[in-house]
Amino acid sequence: MSSPETTTITSWNIRQLAQALQDQTVTSVQATEAYLGRINQIDSILHAYITVTQEKALADAQASDNRRAAGKILGPLDGVPMALKDIFCTKGILTTCASKILANFVPPYDATSWQMLERKGAVLLGKCNMDEFAMGSSNENSAFFAARNPFDIERVPGGSSGGSAAACAADLAVYTLGTDTGGSVRQPAAYCGVVGLKPTYGRISRFGIVPYASSLDQVGIFAKDTEDCALVLSAVAGKDEYDSTSMPLDVPDYTKACQKDVRGMTIGIPKEFLGQGIDREIIAALEDGAAKLEQLGAVIKEVSLPHTPYALSAYYILATAEASANLARYDGVRYGLRIEKDNVSDTMEATRSAGFGDEVKRRIMLGTYALSSGYYDAYYNKTLQVRTLIKDDYDQVFAGGIDCLLTPAAPTTAFKIGEKTGDPLAMYMSDVCTVPINMAGLPGLVFPYRLSGDLPLGLQLIGAPFGEEKLFTVGHALECPRLLPRDIITQAKKKGVVA
Amino acid sequence: MTQYETVIGLEFHAELKTKTKIFCSCPTDFSAEPNTHVCPVCLGLPGVLPVLNKRAVELAIKAGLALNCQISHLSKFDRKNYFYPDLPKGYQVTQFPLPICTNGYLIIKDDAGNDKRIRINRIHLEEDAGKLVHSGTTIATSAYSLPDYNRAAVPLIEIVTEPDLSSAEEAKNFAEMLKLTLQYAAVSDVKMEQGSLRCDVNISLRPQGQKELGVKTEIKNLNSFRSILRAVAYEQTRQTEALDNGERIIQETLTWDDDNGTAFSMRSKEDAHDYHYFPEPDLVPTIVEQDWIDEVAKELPELPQKRKYRLVDQYGLSDYDASTIVNNPVLALFFDRVLYHYDDPKTVANWLLGEISRLVKSSEEEIEMISLKPDDVAYLLTQVKEGAINNNSAKAVLEEMFQTGKEPDAIIKEKGFAQISDTSALQDAVKAVISANPQPVADYRQGKKQALGFLLGQIMKATGGQANPQAVREILINALDNE
Repeated sequence: MSSPETTTITSWNIRQLAQALQDQTVTSVQATEAYLGRINQIDSILHAYITVTQEKALADAQASDNRRAAGKILGPLDGVPMALKDIFCTKGILTTCASKILANFVPPYDATSWQMLERKGAVLLGKCNMDEFAMGSSNENSAFFAARNPFDIERVPGGSSGGSAAACAADLAVYTLGTDTGGSVRQPAAYCGVVGLKPTYGRISRFGIVPYASSLDQVGIFAKDTEDCALVLSAVAGKDEYDSTSMPLDVPDYTKACQKDVRGMTIGIPKEFLGQGIDREIIAALEDGAAKLEQLGAVIKEVSLPHTPYALSAYYILATAEASANLARYDGVRYGLRIEKDNVSDTMEATRSAGFGDEVKRRIMLGTYALSSGYYDAYYNKTLQVRTLIKDDYDQVFAGGIDCLLTPAAPTTAFKIGEKTGDPLAMYMSDVCTVPINMAGLPGLVFPYRLSGDLPLGLQLIGAPFGEEKLFTVGHALECPRLLPRDIITQAKKKGVVA
Repeated sequence: MTQYETVIGLEFHAELKTKTKIFCSCPTDFSAEPNTHVCPVCLGLPGVLPVLNKRAVELAIKAGLALNCQISHLSKFDRKNYFYPDLPKGYQVTQFPLPICTNGYLIIKDDAGNDKRIRINRIHLEEDAGKLVHSGTTIATSAYSLPDYNRAAVPLIEIVTEPDLSSAEEAKNFAEMLKLTLQYAAVSDVKMEQGSLRCDVNISLRPQGQKELGVKTEIKNLNSFRSILRAVAYEQTRQTEALDNGERIIQETLTWDDDNGTAFSMRSKEDAHDYHYFPEPDLVPTIVEQDWIDEVAKELPELPQKRKYRLVDQYGLSDYDASTIVNNPVLALFFDRVLYHYDDPKTVANWLLGEISRLVKSSEEEIEMISLKPDDVAYLLTQVKEGAINNNSAKAVLEEMFQTGKEPDAIIKEKGFAQISDTSALQDAVKAVISANPQPVADYRQGKKQALGFLLGQIMKATGGQANPQAVREILINALDNE
């Protein structure tokens, strides 16, 4: 039997590739070569990757094929090529966080989530582009180059995990991992037409994730559909003894939730998410989705989360306050960039001035200010109170018998590169639908619903703490068939984008 | 001239005796080759997370119990933010609003020799910083400085007193009592000269009778009891002179220069740090249930104050002897162990403070290093009591035990120190001496009792000093009276 076409292999989801590997119609090496070939072909246009780990990928693929020959396969992810946001520490592999200050940083340890996947046979294709230190909503804050949206290469893929979203959408990896602090997985998933999950805070270990805002950061998953996403979550979730904030709860087989019926479920529509600034077409899609759920036997209820309007401003105090401390360690003393000056404080200052980009500096300054004595109570403490109120809103709604909430994923579809770079507030607004969920520590799942013109339109489901299964059930019922971007090279030629 | 009252508060940092660091499994021994006891966690590499060392929490609880504190059922960690090359993360993980222990006290002697209760405001848990080795004297004046992170994240407790102390002597007394208490509780090595116990002094003056406190200064870098005494005296004089001259005291932090006996300013209040404290999001709150506190309490030995009362009130030792024993926990433990097998506290104290202390001193060893076993000492004292060996021989045996670590029995046999108590052997010796010394025998029988001493001496001489003097005396008197 002849091997499938390269483009056929790279269009497969995890289950399709796992089946083909099992049927031996393709080897992991062949699949990996197909992906590496495609990366080689179009990533100079998309810039989804910062580092491609070609040698390691091929070696890992070969090891997987050897295991398969020996009948010692490690599960459905064994031999499946994937990629990580460049915020995951990878032992012996450059981990830059898209920052000049870590441009030479090679960690001597692995992030726990990556280690878990590697132990299940995952093949790492490389490290994906992102906004510097996960601070941004468009990927334009990468210190190296901006990633592009595969559906329209003149548009942003979203951020901060833009590279991971673009790689998954453009078939440059079967699935990818990102991180989500205020929407950094879900907003780019919506923009790039893939499934994006931010699990409950504490569901996946944060160990080895370069932190932006520790109380909000969570590992997220990009996949071609909800079932793939569920498969990956089952592999990376669980208690990690190296992360005190990870929860010791059982990890179910999440894929089973995809087969469940939505009949009898109660889905809430929070009215605060349908206000000003949300595209009419997105609201129409949400109403359409709600109607579809009703047809399938679910009950739709309007609910209220009254403190939602305060979430975005509170988020930008809390996240930046934590970031100001988390980024203090990049001082040029032990690792990363060092700009040598006459004395240590000048060296630290010069290093940080040269090493951080504008948005990172803006957030460090904001956070430092919010924590200053005299302002602490007015800002940081107030924010903690707002956070509690937001969380209480959700607790009440879920205690009232709501299984999950349906909301827009973002106010608009993907915007143009450069459109919002001059206006940070407008940029921050693109996270208005996702930020409250991080503040409340809840799981959120974004799935593609349909195309709006040429661009994907995504919706978001929000669950109770550790209620990921319900999100998969409803998401699986509502997601549209996989959206495929138009040929990247043709787009580039047409739009005069030089690789 | 205005009379001033001195108000002093103390802050101590004590390194906890854990095997591993507070948030990772690196060893706490920081005397190793620089940067060998480090890992990504204590070096603060990107993405690593702290995991709290349970034993560090236990030792903090234990210190709290030893210092009569309330143990918090809920405490949490915070980040204290500042830039310095010895601080790997750019912040120190410490406890700010919710420390692990609060509201304790210690009783010390005031200047009049009366008991005085000094309140302890709080004890909190935190991580230590690394160490900088400068090519010059300070970081500012050095061509280069080399960071050693072996000490980074070694667990510390910070103990903060209320401003209850009124003199340099009291400050020193408190420091000594605190050190001793932590030593007994076995929570810290408390070696000031090695930095495992560090002290900062806050001091202010106010006119006698005034309620509100004066402006205080903080003196850092005090690494002996003597320097606490000297620094407080120095600052008392400086502030008194300043106030007498109508100057105002500036709130500032001073560094003590022990070589020159002066303190110089490090920074004033204006350029004091704003540490931007906020809750450490990478750790969950520390919950301590009562059961756990009770378990830890079981580990606590008898503490110095109580121990001293026992020695004075129960055993009748002098205040001085009791203090000497209690002030040295190793000696105190040794005392108790000997006493366990030999129930005569005064004799044990005499030997311990006399012969044994002399041997320890002349050997220039620390008492904890010596190989002498309390059981063996008790055995030796029992032999003396039972008359199997005389006092002088016992001293020689003890010295041999001390030097060689041999058991007393072996030494007594080897050296032939066993006293002759065997009646027939002694009777022969008595007979021989009586027949060889007719004149003194006659003198004795005529009532010159002092002749007995001469005859006894002759017998001891004949037996090489090994005869049991008590037994010899009885046999001799018997022979002289009846024959």
